[in-house]
Amino acid sequence: MISIFPSLLNGAVITLKLLTSSMFFGLLIGLLFAILRINKNPIINKFAYGYSYFFRGTPLLVQLYLIYYGLANIEFLRNSFLWVIIREPYWCAIIAFSLNTGAYTSEILRSAFQTIKEGYIEAAQSLGVTKKITFYKIQIPIAIKQSLPAYGNEIILMLKGTSLASVITIMDLMGEARKVNVLTFKPFEAFITAGIIYLFLTFIIHNIVKYLEKKYGFQT
Amino acid sequence: MELLSFGDTGWGDELFFATLMTIAVSIAAMVIGFVFALIFTPLKLSKNKTLNIIGNCYTTIIRGVPELLVIYLLFFGGTGAAMYVASIFGYDGYIEINAFITGALAIGIISGAYSTEVFRGAILSIDKGQFEASKVLGLKKNIQFYKVILPQMLRLSIPNLSNVWQITLKDTSLISVTGLVEIMRQSYIAAGSTRDPLFFYSVAAVLYLILTFLSMKIINKLEVRYNKGY
Repeated sequence: MISIFPSLLNGAVITLKLLTSSMFFGLLIGLLFAILRINKNPIINKFAYGYSYFFRGTPLLVQLYLIYYGLANIEFLRNSFLWVIIREPYWCAIIAFSLNTGAYTSEILRSAFQTIKEGYIEAAQSLGVTKKITFYKIQIPIAIKQSLPAYGNEIILMLKGTSLASVITIMDLMGEARKVNVLTFKPFEAFITAGIIYLFLTFIIHNIVKYLEKKYGFQT
Repeated sequence: MELLSFGDTGWGDELFFATLMTIAVSIAAMVIGFVFALIFTPLKLSKNKTLNIIGNCYTTIIRGVPELLVIYLLFFGGTGAAMYVASIFGYDGYIEINAFITGALAIGIISGAYSTEVFRGAILSIDKGQFEASKVLGLKKNIQFYKVILPQMLRLSIPNLSNVWQITLKDTSLISVTGLVEIMRQSYIAAGSTRDPLFFYSVAAVLYLILTFLSMKIINKLEVRYNKGY
């Protein structure tokens, strides 16, 4: 049991790398699409809705396969500079995870935007604050604070989602556990140890989010 | 489009049956999940500390580890465990557990953890007066549960159960790694033999979207129906 620990920890580092980079890009995508979602223009609005509908309505595995196996099918992409990125499973995984978590994040932020009390915006207007500053200084901070609990859940869901990277040959925590299982024929040892590490990571993320909620939480 | 035709030349019929398989696994998993939820919800709500801890361990662990891990554990571990049990009874051959059963069980355990949380929340949000009134009426404990609490609990949990159903439906795609021929596995096979992954994975995505869309419609109808009296 101890002998398999180092290789699993190496995998855990890759898992965390995948998680942090896809959460980072996902947050940017999510913020962008949440803003598009509350836009009054019906075409932009529908487009943002379609994006989130597609990525929330299909399994992550389908999205991962579409990007990893599917994109390589397009002649045009294979000849362009993008091929450097999409031929690497690691980058494909990050693209798929970011797009997926971006869709969920956009929904979380959208509902946060919509539940901001009218009073705050009216107060800003009556103080003569411009629309742009109201948006950046009042709406966005409140929305982010309000969506912390839901976003914490999304981080944990994504941590579990990164385990799918193992099916496209990335040696993350799950991939290492599979390798141990194949080499030693001890499925229980391999997968239960990996499970404990995953639980530990979940526990840490949960507590960090709880701390942030306490510190920056927004009481209405 | 030729690739999707029914019969020997196209993949239409294969994908159609794979879709049925996905639906079958999802429903089986959901039912298994209900069984787990009905066992663990009372544990989570019980005043006994030990029972409480058991209930909490189940939901925390299952919701804290990746779905893929549960599936692998049951798929690789299940065979070993079954063979070990069989060897005690003197059978030393190789036993392979059906992929459908392992898959449905694995996804069922996962969806059960989510259902448990949903049921727990629903019971907690039932008005306290309902419990007291049924007690005052002198109803027996199990009749209290079946006739007063359960119907209200189910009504309150429909919206959240629809989320659990969506999660379960999407999780079934993970069973493809164990070889069960559902949408994902079938498109993997089709993509491999036609060398057109983009097309077949898009078809898979569309099939999943259709499934989630249809189930949304059905669940909304149910919700309206069961909220009639309110």
